[in-house]
Amino acid sequence: MPAKSRALPTPDLLTDVRHPMEKYLRMDRLPHIWCSGCGLGTALSCFTYALDELGLTDADLGVVSGIGCTGRAAGYLNLDSYHTTHGRAIAFATGLALARPEKKVVVISGDGDLFAIGGNHFIHAARRNINMTVLCVNNFNYGMTGGQFGPTTPIGQKGTTAPYGNFENPFNLPYLAASSGAVYVARWTSLDARRVKEAMMEAIQRPGFSFVEIISPCPTNYGRRNRIGDGLDELRYYQENTVIRHGSDPKHADLGPGKEITVGCFVDEPRPTYLELYNELVVKKNQF
Amino acid sequence: MGKRILAGTHFMNGDEACAEGAVAAGCSLFAGYPITPQSEIAERISVRLPQVGGVFIQMEDEISSLAAVLGGAWGGAKAMTATSGPGFSLMMENLGLGLMTETPCVLINIQRGGPSTGLPTLVGQGDMMQARWGSHGDYAVIALCPSSPQESFELTVDAFNLAEIYRLPVLVMSDEVVGHMYERVDIDPDKIKIVERKKPSLPPGEFLLYKPGPNLVPEGMPSFGDGYKVHVTGLTHDERGYPIIDAATQHQNVVRLRDKIYKNIDDIVRVEETATEDADVVIVTYGISARTSLGALNMARDKGLKVGMLRLITVWPFPEAIVKAMAQRVAGFVVPEINLGQIVLEVDRVVRGDTIVRSVPHAGGDIHDPRVILEAIEEVLAHAS
Repeated sequence: MPAKSRALPTPDLLTDVRHPMEKYLRMDRLPHIWCSGCGLGTALSCFTYALDELGLTDADLGVVSGIGCTGRAAGYLNLDSYHTTHGRAIAFATGLALARPEKKVVVISGDGDLFAIGGNHFIHAARRNINMTVLCVNNFNYGMTGGQFGPTTPIGQKGTTAPYGNFENPFNLPYLAASSGAVYVARWTSLDARRVKEAMMEAIQRPGFSFVEIISPCPTNYGRRNRIGDGLDELRYYQENTVIRHGSDPKHADLGPGKEITVGCFVDEPRPTYLELYNELVVKKNQF
Repeated sequence: MGKRILAGTHFMNGDEACAEGAVAAGCSLFAGYPITPQSEIAERISVRLPQVGGVFIQMEDEISSLAAVLGGAWGGAKAMTATSGPGFSLMMENLGLGLMTETPCVLINIQRGGPSTGLPTLVGQGDMMQARWGSHGDYAVIALCPSSPQESFELTVDAFNLAEIYRLPVLVMSDEVVGHMYERVDIDPDKIKIVERKKPSLPPGEFLLYKPGPNLVPEGMPSFGDGYKVHVTGLTHDERGYPIIDAATQHQNVVRLRDKIYKNIDDIVRVEETATEDADVVIVTYGISARTSLGALNMARDKGLKVGMLRLITVWPFPEAIVKAMAQRVAGFVVPEINLGQIVLEVDRVVRGDTIVRSVPHAGGDIHDPRVILEAIEEVLAHAS
């Protein structure tokens, strides 16, 4: 199969080529821990390109992660970065955002971290419209702990704790984000690198709670157990099954085997942020 | 803008005094969740913080409350949360993160009867061991126990200062009776000392986030956006803050977390001695139990019994040297506390059989009858002679 016979880069290439976004990376922490074929490298690259195009530096924004494969993203970025407890990245980021309202806080974490153990914090931060961008790399399982099923695993798909296939109804993340009050909601796959970058740029620029889901291959765990193939095979699956529906109702963007992958920007609708309302309705109104 | 320090004489309860202490100490972020009997802290500080340019946020639970406090602290704020038993249990997770990342902040626990929902409106002191050991792994904490509204004010200020000096979440372990008790509180601005956060003395590039100074505490803490590009993690980390998953780094990291408290114990520990000079029996106690013990002490003195009291203002780190020294010259210790015997285990551990140690347990719901403490004193004296 052609997909299996890719030539590896030569050692010279590895040592000579510098990453064009090196200024945003902690080069002394690389190589990263992520598997070959995983979409996290793409997501992280897109994020650095987004920062570059927006001209943002560590003076403008910082990153908070939870626990898991995606949780390690914060540690590779040459920004103020905070690697917190499992599920609590958004709660930690809430405090950071309130203490530094002039700066942007970006939470980068995985689907299990943000939506199982951290689900409550997600909906409340969205409801409050805290000024933060949440980037969720969704690989449909708990990768770091060995491929257990999670809150986004489609029905019928296998995980190490769903040996007979998952039978729990998964979250539709854009729908959850939109109904919780996020001002910007988009979904793309890690194949759509340019659009992922653009969505990240838009999300970062929006005041308030913005959300981007990046669907990502996990060839080591999810892909292997569900016979999807390697990372490239999964990207090919995305290519063949993705449909762009900007502005569509995210209610219909649920995912699953045999279903199209609906991507695009679902919500882009500003409303006052938590601190704007606090300043308006508490501080100014009472003339403190 | 309102005043941070409400100079003057006030009539307020212990919870409100905690809130005023926090505002006086420079707290600019409070994140909390309603729970009895601490709600008066949140209510008071929700009035006060907007007046002084701070932010009060009511979070979705106690887990996120402490997480937001830690985030706020790294954002440069002096930050605090307050809770009671069930919320304290939920906070154990991020207490560990705060200790591991050496984040200055304050956590107040207005203790009620437990376990579980227990006695929401009634007193307990059953979280003392949880304060020391409740989060997983090895570490050390600082825990202060106020016995009055006045001291609730003062110790909350001290807690903020100790948090900055030793770089950790400092626990104020109050209780429902002290929290709800109304008394005179004198606030004298001249008596309030405030420790500001130490910033790094080295520029980015030369500064190491977790390089300890001579007192084992990291030297300087940059805030979000200061240009230091810090990496802060709950994983075991080296002096750069980078995760290193091996035994050598674990040893270096975790032993220092403990030693930075225990090697500075003489600077941290505070106790109050009452009539101990000639005492044959000393009551070792803390919080509201020190108030009832004072009644027992007076009753004993009226009967001609030589009884003193050692009140632990700092319960953690446990004042080992003071208790050990006293054990050499007294016939026994009596330890009343509103739990089934927690701090008495520390007294026993330190005394190592040098003198009699008698627990005066109380499951909670109200305070001790001083006569029960007196009986224990008389038993110890009878046994000793």
